[in-house]
Order: sequence, then structure tokens, then C-alpha cells
Amino acid sequence: MKEGFTQRIPRTLVLGGIIVGSICILAALGPWIVPFEPDAFAIRERLLAPSAAHWFGTDEFGRDVFSRVLAGAHHSLLMGFGATAISLVIGVPLGLIAAFRRGWTEEAIMRGVDLMISIPPVLLGLLILAVSDPSLFKTMLAVGLVYVPIMTRVARAVALGLLAEDFVEAARARGEGGFHILAREILPNAWPPLIVETALRITFAILLGSALSFLGLGPQPPDSEWGLMIAESRPFIGEAPWIGLAPGLCLCLLLVSVNVVGEGLRDLLDPRLRGRGHG
Amino acid sequence: MTGFIARRLVSVVFVLWAMTVLVFLIVHVLPGSVAHMILGEYATNEAIAALEQRLGLNDPLYLQYWHWFSGLLRGDFGNSLTMDRPAGPLIMDALGKSAILAGVSIVLVAIIGIALGIHSATHVGSWADRGLTLMQYFFIAVPEFFWCILVILFFAVWLGWLPATGYTPLADGGVLGWAKHLVLPVGTLVLGLIAHVSRLVRSSMLEAIESRYVLAARAKGLPEWVVLRRHALPNALLPAITVLAVDVGILIGGIVVVESVFAYPGLGRMLIYAIDNQDLPLMMGGMMVITAIYAIANLVADILYAVLNPRIRVSGSAG
Repeated sequence: MKEGFTQRIPRTLVLGGIIVGSICILAALGPWIVPFEPDAFAIRERLLAPSAAHWFGTDEFGRDVFSRVLAGAHHSLLMGFGATAISLVIGVPLGLIAAFRRGWTEEAIMRGVDLMISIPPVLLGLLILAVSDPSLFKTMLAVGLVYVPIMTRVARAVALGLLAEDFVEAARARGEGGFHILAREILPNAWPPLIVETALRITFAILLGSALSFLGLGPQPPDSEWGLMIAESRPFIGEAPWIGLAPGLCLCLLLVSVNVVGEGLRDLLDPRLRGRGHG
Repeated sequence: MTGFIARRLVSVVFVLWAMTVLVFLIVHVLPGSVAHMILGEYATNEAIAALEQRLGLNDPLYLQYWHWFSGLLRGDFGNSLTMDRPAGPLIMDALGKSAILAGVSIVLVAIIGIALGIHSATHVGSWADRGLTLMQYFFIAVPEFFWCILVILFFAVWLGWLPATGYTPLADGGVLGWAKHLVLPVGTLVLGLIAHVSRLVRSSMLEAIESRYVLAARAKGLPEWVVLRRHALPNALLPAITVLAVDVGILIGGIVVVESVFAYPGLGRMLIYAIDNQDLPLMMGGMMVITAIYAIANLVADILYAVLNPRIRVSGSAG
């Protein structure tokens, strides 16, 4: 069983995992390995093209773009993983409770979910961020809230299926309480589809978070969040395109590799595919 | 069928009402003084008090809500704080500009997306089919705002073919001047959606082609194009319609970003302007209009689906 499991790990998943892992390590080490101070102005070195000293060139204040991209990497990761974690933590319990309690509790939760889904995602993010001072944490929270309804729906659908299983019946017959059944019987068995949904969500969370930052509703200057860096590069797009291209291409690489990992996990964990494997 | 439409209409009305409550609460209950934000850090207390009086911020919340809500029902969005003009006409004008972007984009996406989808489903493994799969990755990997930058860099800065930003009314610039400003924004908007729609049409078309009714149609000796057009295509397009509403959601998000980058004077840019300047009536009005459009798009997609799908039609009239 164990061997079969490792054999089925697709190569793209490994490759994507390695890239995502290296980006995470670079982001974590960022502040210590940057070749230049990311926020230090150097007026004589304004708008320098990429070179051996400045790999990604310098920006309009003479700041080293490579150092800034490195120092800003953790924002995108936090926004992707943090926001998805928030939507999991809020959405999954709601979905489990809706499936378990039924009746008006379920009705109230699912109507709330319907309401949130009837607002376009970007608009919901804007609405949450509209009237408070923007910051990384708030953007993360807004993106997380946007994806709560999807997590709730997935968790409820999975739990509804599991609640009909014999082992839940057995737990009920033992006289276990609702919390025990949800936390100890349902949740451990609900993980695979939830992990798949989570992994696929992270790409969208990074996308939405960086788009909101790009629009000025995320971390503020002189922070070097990638979306913000791209937004700030616009006036210099003609004379120094590298200021925007560097963080943009890094963002693309991150998005592709996170998505590859998500799809790889789906192929690995999807119960339907696994069922097919057992014949 | 009438029952189904009536139920959906009621739910749309409910969503819109709930949205007014949500927008109002978030804007008014979150910490931070509105007057303070408008006047800035160094405002005197008297100035803040005067502005709060003028905006009716001292009234109880339910009264403020009622004031705003009853205005909305009459089509009155209140006065824009920064431009000192009624917000309604500003919003409607911006909406018209966005509608041009959205309309042109949807038509292009529908035509090109469906055509590409059919082509790649009937030519599995061809270069076009493989290209489409790659495009899907591209769509996921390149954020819309970064794509805008790339497009501006390439077509406006390096080649100098098209203007990078702005908008020319038909009356001023003629058709050519007007269209020139639309090419880049529309091109940016449709690319991702075409990838999405064509993937979807491709997979549902493949499913239809493998079905027994297509086999039967072929066995009858019908020419291939009749089989595809009369038998496979109508069934393949049905699932595409449900995703249409999702795509409108993506399109709205895209429009906000694209309008900001290309300085296109539509609803999305207005909304960002309103947020940046804390112009609450403009912001709340813009959000309500966008939600309403999204709700209507969803409604239309649902009704279209029901009209086109006999199975839903039957259960709808029975229930």
C-alpha cells in the first residue's frame, strides 16, 4: 500500500513542490540573504538596468529590485496560505455544523453562504477593505473571508456523505456527543477532499491578494509586496521595465508552481480517482 | 416555469436588500471616523463636527440606513462627497462606459471561446488543441494586472501602436479613435475568459461526441457537420451556460483591475477612486450597482438554463 502510494506521486507534483518549497525558504531567509538593503535609497544608482551587481536592476530610488523582490516574497505566500487557512478555519466548522444540525441552523448558514457567493469576489474583497487602513493582515483576512463560502459548501457536502456511514451510526450508538462525532469521526475522514480544495484555492488567494495590493488595498509603501511593486513600476514602464517585470515574473512562477502542486494533490487524493484505482 | 422564475426573482430581490444592509453596516460600523478620514489628520474638531452634521452622521444608524435605502429605491444615490454632485448620474455614466467594455468582451468571448472549444474538441491532439491547454495555464499563472502591464509595455511602449491609457468618446475621436482605446483593455479582459470558456466547451463537446445519440446520428448517415451542429453542440453548450455566471463574476473583477490600469473611466475605476478618497455615497452606490448587475446576470443564466434544459423545465413547472 505504502509503495503504491509513493509510486503514484506524479513528477509534476514533485517539481512544483520543490519550486514552492524553495520560494518558501527564500522568502523565510529573505531579510538575511538580501545583497542590498531593500528600502535603502541610492540616488546615484537610479533606474539601472539589470547587471551583475543588481540582478534585477534598480528602481526610481536606486533601490535594488532583486533585494526588494526577495524581501517581499513572504507577502504573497502569507496571502495565499494565510488567507486559505482563514477560510478553512471559519468555513469548515460552519459546513460541518450545517451538515450535522440540519433544520434552521443549516438553513441560516447556507443562506448566508448563498448571499456571500452572490457578491463578485473582488467586490467582496473591496467591500471589506474599503473603509479601513490597508495592511497585509487585513488583505489576508479579506481574501480569507471571500473564500469561506466555498469551504463551507465543500465541507458540508463531504460531511453529509460521511454522516450516512456506518461508523457514524456506531458512534451515535455508543452515545457520543455531537462535538465528538464531528471532530473525531467526520473531520479525519473529510480531509482528502478538503486538502484538494485548499490546494487549488491557494492559487486564487494569491491572485486575489496581489490584485488587491496592486489596487492599493494591501501592504503600503515602502513595503515590497509584488502586486504593489508592479503598481508602483507603472510610471517607469518605458525607461525601466525591469522594476515591474521582475516581481511579475516571480509571481507567475509562484502561481504556476502552486497550481501544479494543487492539481497534483487532486490527482493523488481525489476519492473518485482512488476508487478507480481499487478497481 | 413561471413559479421557477418568480422564486428566482424573489431571491434576487432578497440578495439585493441584504447587500444594502451589508454594505451599509460595513461602511458605518467599522472603526474609524468617516469625517476624520475625509478631512484628514489635521482637521479641527469643529470642522469634523460640522461635516458630521452635514452628512447626517449624528443620526441613529437605522435612520441613516433608512435615509440611504429609501433614496436608493427612488434612484437617488446621494451626493458624491468629493465631487459635490449627485452620485447617481456619475455612477450611470461610468456604468455606460463599463458596459461597452463588458459587452464587447462578452460577445468576443462567446464567439471565439465556443469556436475554439468546438475546434479543439473535433481536432483532439492538434496544435490548436495543445495550444488551448497551454493557454489555460497561462490564464492561471499570469495575473490580469500583470498582463495589463505586459500588454502596455509591448503594444504601447515598444511598438507604439496603441494608446496605453484613456478613453475617447465616439463623438470626439470617431470610430477609430474610440476603438483604439478599447483594443488593449478588451484584449486583456477576454484572453483569460476565452481560455476558460473554450476549455469548458471542449470538454462538454467531447462528452457529447462520445454519446450514443451522436453515434446514432452518425449511423443514420448524417453528414458530420449536421451531427455536430444539430446533435452534439446544443447539448454541449448547456453546461457552458451555468458557468457563464461565474465568468461574469471574473469579468467584473477583471474590469475593476483593467479600468484602473488603463485609466478607463468606467465603474471599476470609479469604485477604486471612491475607496481611495473615502467618497462613501459613490462607493456604496457603485457597489450596489455592481451587485445588482451580477445578480441579474446570474438570474439570466439560470433562466436560460431552465429554458434550454427540458429536464429542469419539467421539474420546475411541477414544483
